[in-house]
Amino acid sequence: MGPDRSVLVIVLGLALMALIIELLRRGRLREKYAALWLIVGAVILILALFPSVLIWLSGKLGFGVPSNMVFFAACAVLLFVALQLSLEVGRLEHESQRLAEEVALLRQEMKRPSPPEDGAPEASG
Amino acid sequence: MPTQRASAPTRPLVVIPAFNEAESISTVLSELSLQPAPLPVLVIDDGSTDGTAAKARSDGVNVVSLPFNVGVGGAMRTGYVYAMRQGFDAVVQVDADGQHEPAAVSELIAGLADADVVVGSRFAGVGDYRVAGPRRWAMRLLAWSLSRLTGTRLTDVTSGFRATGPAALPLFARDYPEEYLGDTVESLVLAHRAGLRVAEVAVSMRPRMAGNPSQSPVRSALYLSRAMLVLMLALVRRRPAPPEPGWVP
Repeated sequence: MGPDRSVLVIVLGLALMALIIELLRRGRLREKYAALWLIVGAVILILALFPSVLIWLSGKLGFGVPSNMVFFAACAVLLFVALQLSLEVGRLEHESQRLAEEVALLRQEMKRPSPPEDGAPEASG
Repeated sequence: MPTQRASAPTRPLVVIPAFNEAESISTVLSELSLQPAPLPVLVIDDGSTDGTAAKARSDGVNVVSLPFNVGVGGAMRTGYVYAMRQGFDAVVQVDADGQHEPAAVSELIAGLADADVVVGSRFAGVGDYRVAGPRRWAMRLLAWSLSRLTGTRLTDVTSGFRATGPAALPLFARDYPEEYLGDTVESLVLAHRAGLRVAEVAVSMRPRMAGNPSQSPVRSALYLSRAMLVLMLALVRRRPAPPEPGWVP
């Protein structure tokens, strides 16, 4: 990899780290996802700063071309993240559904004391 | 920074977060009611599936049931909001597993006379509670870091046995952290950064009635790194200003 391109990757890695830390600081990114993204950012930075690590590691793992290892690792990480997010979305769906049910039941319970035929205005909501 | 000084609370409420503690909840409740001056108690049933809520209700205690498990942080925030809305001015958190000595509740409340958050420490000299191995070192390092930060000696920052006074109650009712270790470590940083005083009181603690946290070195290392991450996040996180005096959730 030429020096220009490693500078590009270093800038990318630094930008990713800065973005992650700022999102954490604002409380937009939660701790349970923070570790994963910090590790991804750190790995990108290390590989950008020391391309020899990449070449050595890909040789050890039997990849013919080092970039193939990068593609493989990126796919694996993204696959894992997608699966993790699917699990979380499923959980959130279930929880918001439970909340909707709970609100509906509470609303019914709150209305019960006043009989409907006495003409009293119903509680709003 | 709140200008309110810490003052001794006049209406404390005991809040017990409980997740599947049907085995021990009744013992804890009866021990609390046998204290010389029993306090009002609220059980937060955190989505239990073993009848914890029914047990507590049959013991004649107020129970708030969450529709699903939200964790100790979320359960305690529910308790803080309830306390404020019902006009209580302090909350003592007691675990439902029987680990916390009910007799020490009054000592925690007494500690609120000159602090806003009082932590009951298992390691400050009273009783014979022991944690061995790597986990102990993790807890020590955590305690040391937080002591340095708050300028008070804290020996047991992961203790769930704690009292929250009038000045800290609005902050906790609005911002109590619900993430991993948020209810213990991060909440102390939160209080400190809001200008509140954190202190500790030595309490003796009993072993849990059932189960024991795993203490393998790998798990302890993982625990420590997560704890340090939580601590660092708590330190760099931007915080909204503490609630105005008189604010009620």
